[in-house]
Amino acid sequence: MTTPVTTYGRPLVEVTDVSFSYGDERVLDHVTLQIQSGDFLGIIGPNGSGKTTLLRIILGLLRPDSGRVRLFGTDLAEFREWSRVGYVPQKAVAFESLFPASVFEVVLSGRCGRAGVGRRYGADDRAMSVRALETVGMIQYRDRLIGRLSAGQQQRVFIARALASRPELLLLDEPTVGVDLDAQEQFYSLLCRLNRDMGTTMVLVSHDIAVIAQEVTQLACLNRRLVFHGSPDEAMRSGAVEHMYRAESRLVAHRH
Amino acid sequence: MQRALLAGAIIGTIAPMIGVFLVLRRLSLIADTLSHVALAGVAGGLLLQTYPLAGALVAALVGAVGIERLRTSGRLFGEAALAIFLSGGFAVAVVLISLARGFNVDLFSYLFGAITVVQPRDLWVIVLLGLVVLGAVTLLSKELFAITFDEESARVQGLPVDILNLLLTVLVAVTVVVAMRIVGILLTSALLVIPAVTALRLARSFRTTLVVAVACSLVSVLVGMIVSFYLDIAAGGAIVLAALTLFGAATLARREKPRR
Repeated sequence: MTTPVTTYGRPLVEVTDVSFSYGDERVLDHVTLQIQSGDFLGIIGPNGSGKTTLLRIILGLLRPDSGRVRLFGTDLAEFREWSRVGYVPQKAVAFESLFPASVFEVVLSGRCGRAGVGRRYGADDRAMSVRALETVGMIQYRDRLIGRLSAGQQQRVFIARALASRPELLLLDEPTVGVDLDAQEQFYSLLCRLNRDMGTTMVLVSHDIAVIAQEVTQLACLNRRLVFHGSPDEAMRSGAVEHMYRAESRLVAHRH
Repeated sequence: MQRALLAGAIIGTIAPMIGVFLVLRRLSLIADTLSHVALAGVAGGLLLQTYPLAGALVAALVGAVGIERLRTSGRLFGEAALAIFLSGGFAVAVVLISLARGFNVDLFSYLFGAITVVQPRDLWVIVLLGLVVLGAVTLLSKELFAITFDEESARVQGLPVDILNLLLTVLVAVTVVVAMRIVGILLTSALLVIPAVTALRLARSFRTTLVVAVACSLVSVLVGMIVSFYLDIAAGGAIVLAALTLFGAATLARREKPRR
């Protein structure tokens, strides 16, 4: 099970007063946010609102200009237990489709940090990778080349890779881009299952407001600043979402 | 002849392994760049009447570190950095050669390879360096896979990505120096790249890619050496032509089989 023991009662992720600029362009402005264990948090916002940047800062891929981040109660600079964190990157940046790797090899590489430098993968590593593939329903494709799968299937393999180290926290960046609607439904039900049955804390960055608002337990609206953070119901009632999207939300309403 | 076969076997094993990583990271040109930089080291070594392979190794290592730092600083587009080192290294080599009053037999053997006249001292160096590369790649194969497949996720997992990148470039430098003796500086990158590309045509998994690349490379080295022995032609060229033949065969085979 993935119930966190040492950090009971403490937020898993603490973002305190974080700001970040790309050159002159301020992308995050004094953002403060806590993510509790067991949350299923959706982070939404218009293009350029800093959603992906925030995720990358939490993951340690970017250093904020000011403010700090704590993971599992430890300052990011000192944090070393990365096997507790799973990351599913945006598809476009992930890899090239002709890469010669089987599905199993890709998922196994999720155990790399955990297995230790200079050691071969052991029976444990393989067993965990098999379990991860079974969880996402892709075990029958284990020997297929990763490039020979559909976008939705590839996304599930990347989730399996993130799950292979049994993380307590899973961060996903725009995971449904390029994935068809059926696959998206399967995908969200998988995430819900992971959150409810396994207690995995989820943080999902997405464009897809309508779908995401239905599935998540917590919603954060980001537009350089943290505009809103609470339950989806509150978000709808307070009109925070519409206010943030304005023209875009009119477009969504029109399509329905 | 046994010395030559041993040297061939060693380079035939390590070159394609490194080559696979290079091709997948789109850094195929680094092998060519470092071999030209190594030439400057060889020329310097011949001029100073010291051991040329040592000069080559020093030059290649310095070049490797320099390239890697330029690349990570992000100040130049990847290829431009390589072009600078390649032409710079070659220019230094040409100047040093002119100082030594032109080509001589020794230099020729470094340019085009001289596997048939592998000296005992060279063989020791080749075996030692070859084992270093083989050991490093085997020990770190899963880390190298991780940074090659998805560098960012590897970073998130806590892998020391920058150190691994530098290590890979250093391993390329060492491999280039070893290959130099057998196929010569001018064809070194071919030996690293062609078997790797051949294996990629037939790949079913990463592991089989490495295995096929090594197999193709060893076959090319063996066939090339035998042919060069009997037809009295340059071994380096024969080896690379053998590798190209295998590449052609793999391409044809791929075209006939339906896509899986």
